[in-house]
Amino acid sequence: MDLTSLLTQKKAAILDGWFDRIVASYPPDSAKMLKKNDRFSNPLGSTLFREIDRLFDELLTGGVHVDRVTLSLDSLMRIKAVQDFAPSEAIGFVFSLKEAIRSNLTAELQEDGLAKDLVVYESRIDELALISFDVYMKCREAIFQLKTDELKRQTHKLLERANRIGGTAQK
Amino acid sequence: MKVLLPLFAVIALVVLAVVGVKGAHLNGLFGIVIPYAAFVIFLGGMIARVTGWARSPVPFKIPSTCGQQKSLPWIKADNLESPHNTAGVIGRMALEVLFFRSLFRNTQADYRGGDQKLTYGSEKFLWAAGLAFHWTFLYIFLRHLRFFLEPIPFFVPFLEGLDGLLQIGVPRLFMTDLVILAAVTFLVVRRLMLPQVRYISLPADYFPLFLILGIAISGILMRYFIKVDLVGVKALTMSLVTLSPRVPEGPIGSVFYVHLFLISVLFAYFPFSKLVHMGGVFLSPTRNQANNSREVRHVNPWNYPVKHFTYEEYEDEFREVMIGAGLPVDKQADTPAETAE
Amino acid sequence: MSKVPPAAELAKIDHQPPETPWMGTPVEFRPGTWCYSGKPKVVEELGLPNAREWSPADEDWKLPDGWQKIIYEGFKERLGKYRSLKIFMDICVRCGACADKCHFFLGTGDPKNMPVLRAELLRSVYRKDFTTAGKILGGFAGARELTVDVLKEWFYYFYQCTECRRCSVFCPYGIDTAEVTMMARELLHLVGVNINWILEPAANCSRTGNHLGLQPHTFRDCIDSLCEDIEEVTGLHIEVPLNKKGAEVLFLTPSADVFADPGIYTFMGYILLFEHIGLDYTMTTYASEGGNFGLFTNQETMKKLNAKMYAEAKRLGVKWILGGECGHMWRVIHQYMDTMNGPADFLEVPVSPITGTKFENAKSTKMVHITEFTADLIQHNKLKLDPHRNNHRTVTFHDSCNTSRAMGLFEEPRYILKNVVNNFHEMPETTIREQTFCCGSGTGLNTDEYMEMRMRGGFPRANAVKHVHEKHGVDLLSCICAIDRATLSTLMQYWVPMVDAAGVHELVGNALVMEGENERTTDLREEPLADVEGEDDAV
Repeated sequence: MDLTSLLTQKKAAILDGWFDRIVASYPPDSAKMLKKNDRFSNPLGSTLFREIDRLFDELLTGGVHVDRVTLSLDSLMRIKAVQDFAPSEAIGFVFSLKEAIRSNLTAELQEDGLAKDLVVYESRIDELALISFDVYMKCREAIFQLKTDELKRQTHKLLERANRIGGTAQK
Repeated sequence: MKVLLPLFAVIALVVLAVVGVKGAHLNGLFGIVIPYAAFVIFLGGMIARVTGWARSPVPFKIPSTCGQQKSLPWIKADNLESPHNTAGVIGRMALEVLFFRSLFRNTQADYRGGDQKLTYGSEKFLWAAGLAFHWTFLYIFLRHLRFFLEPIPFFVPFLEGLDGLLQIGVPRLFMTDLVILAAVTFLVVRRLMLPQVRYISLPADYFPLFLILGIAISGILMRYFIKVDLVGVKALTMSLVTLSPRVPEGPIGSVFYVHLFLISVLFAYFPFSKLVHMGGVFLSPTRNQANNSREVRHVNPWNYPVKHFTYEEYEDEFREVMIGAGLPVDKQADTPAETAE
Repeated sequence: MSKVPPAAELAKIDHQPPETPWMGTPVEFRPGTWCYSGKPKVVEELGLPNAREWSPADEDWKLPDGWQKIIYEGFKERLGKYRSLKIFMDICVRCGACADKCHFFLGTGDPKNMPVLRAELLRSVYRKDFTTAGKILGGFAGARELTVDVLKEWFYYFYQCTECRRCSVFCPYGIDTAEVTMMARELLHLVGVNINWILEPAANCSRTGNHLGLQPHTFRDCIDSLCEDIEEVTGLHIEVPLNKKGAEVLFLTPSADVFADPGIYTFMGYILLFEHIGLDYTMTTYASEGGNFGLFTNQETMKKLNAKMYAEAKRLGVKWILGGECGHMWRVIHQYMDTMNGPADFLEVPVSPITGTKFENAKSTKMVHITEFTADLIQHNKLKLDPHRNNHRTVTFHDSCNTSRAMGLFEEPRYILKNVVNNFHEMPETTIREQTFCCGSGTGLNTDEYMEMRMRGGFPRANAVKHVHEKHGVDLLSCICAIDRATLSTLMQYWVPMVDAAGVHELVGNALVMEGENERTTDLREEPLADVEGEDDAV
């Protein structure tokens, strides 16, 4: 059996492993609570699960389609960017997919040929990590933007007035 | 530790009762002194609690509103979820106390399956188990009046008949015995299994559950498995009620003393624990007040004057700019204001 | 690549902190998760104790000597004054029904944000100091000593509660975390632990009447400028009466509506409405702030700020007061004002001069909510409305915490929306009305240094908006709260960028067909209206 079909076959187990590794980066008590798939009562956990599922499918269907993975990574990174994570921790979740794959396919990977295929997959995962770094930075920049935009809105009329007075003075 | 400590505490209590009665023959202590003391502590403690609460005033009218307020006549007001008069408040409290309305609300929107269909799953287990537990507790309590009143009140045999409707076994199986065991077990298991609830639980949450479980089990043992001398039991309980306490001659059976001792502990523990919610729920200001605070003025007994920044002070500070901006003022400026703009 | 190393051999960073029970886990103050402390000048101006330079990130918070004693005495005093506090300290059974109802818990996953645990932070100290069981049994009864770490924990978590009361709806005993948080914040104030974003606006409101500290002429300028904007859109020249004695109605609204985007569009809506019906009203510069940051400080400051409303109504000799769209302003007006500063016997029972409707529900406080007022006008057919002018928008409605769970104001704004908007979709049932999710920035937490935490707290709300945005194309989140208008704009910008926030009366303003106006080509934001051709598609 080739690696792609193996991965497809074991998708559920690998995703579970991946999910568990991701939530392990949260405090243990938060982690347990994230494992509930309900969009409104557990928006964090359910977003996480939905998006890693999509990312995994993307990996399987050959190559990393930048636009599509960016969409998924955006949902994930938007959450991570406002939580207490160092950038390395925020992006680290991508690499834990490697662990999840290996631990689920320990025996199979000893067979000939598969190891080579794995390298292909793992470099796709690396690519994913690079993209997620871009997305993460974009989200962080968005937060700084929020602060300035909000300040402008809070004092909208005053700024307008100041500009007007400044403008008149120049004339 | 949070779980084991209270478990061992309850086991220790059981052992204490067995040893006390079987080993040391302290029937008088366990049959008379402790129950009396427990009852006195319960009564005194609860009175102290409730009067303690009542001593603190309710300075503001702060109901949490869960339904439409009464405003315009053509908008349908929800008098149960947002009561605007006393009848509404009584209704709301009744729903709360008798049917645990707020716990019932515990619904959750669910987004499961590929078709992204919104379904309303329920988190009603807590509500159901809570309701089952509290109602059966009351039921069993009333059934026990057989031991404390002579003649036995009319409703007791009726309750017993209803309870034994299944007609299984001799003596007949009481359904409430099963229900209370199941409900308490569920509540314990829920505390242990749900991560959130396990996290917030204190030893003081497990202790009463184990205690009540102990009471239920000892009661069930007595009724179905290890027979005790019922005549002796009734003689003892009646002697307690009539204030002429006397331990009967013959042996009653140590299970009975375990049962009685655990109940005594529960009574004595009650006023000092979270179990006081039984009384407190009636006094909860967010539930027992009407949402009519703009219609009827609520008086705060300790309201005291607080100085605010008055208009006069304000005008004194800003008179010139006010005049400059063409805003009316109460007092004209002493010297004509410079209108620079 | 002949051998593949097993998973365990791959480099792995262990993120898992040691498992400790909650009482033994102290707080870590990371940037973005706390607000700046009160400036000494501001603290002094409000007459609050222990004014000093300090920061929550400091090891030493420069607490006054004997601060434990101060807290103990303060706690004791409040237990004697508030039955709510006493009851809520005693009767919680930790059933966990509230656990997953808090937006901060849902957005952060931090277990101490479960309402039960938030209250337990205070309760544990209460047990130690005030209950027999706690004194004897200690940890077994859930009691603990008040230490500096505990105090820091209080600060961290009681400024991660927006007093939204959502948990109280689900509590079988009605335990209201808002009440607990208020008490905790009062206690913290006693030892000078506070945040500037609440205190500075409170001080400004006291002196200048608005939270930015604008002086009367600047305030007037802003209003005049808004009138110019109205003229640009409608061609009508309207003047807003200020400090006018003898008007029938005093209109009070949060001052942000006068200068902050998007509140200003709501304000334009009010002005158009009053012009439309020819209301004899006045606004005021002295009490120009409807909001009351005292509510987030302590009851004394709340009372002090609120007193200006009745004082101004009395001075101007109006008959009754009309209040604009604001959440916590209405919490104060509806549940506290009459008790604190009433009885307002110098005012009359509010009667709508247009419809003659007597607002019996406000007969003691004498203050009417603008959505009650407008809904009554619409029901009596007194407004000429063209809802097509809102066809360029697909709208949903966010129930504000305070008007929902402290007032029960649900149908009035919806009735208005039904009449001024054609494209309207509700968010999921468990996220609106009494179960509405907070914007995540209420109770004076809407400051920029707190942005990360706010985005987490607002996530559950944003998540529901995202749902209707994807499903129905909703692009406007309407609400009746000034803090919402400001913070939901930011929240949407981050989580659901295609959605804007707006006040209900902005939409009213768009729809109002004014006498003598130019044909409108834009809405109040000066954005183009939908093509008349495209109307049918939009519906």
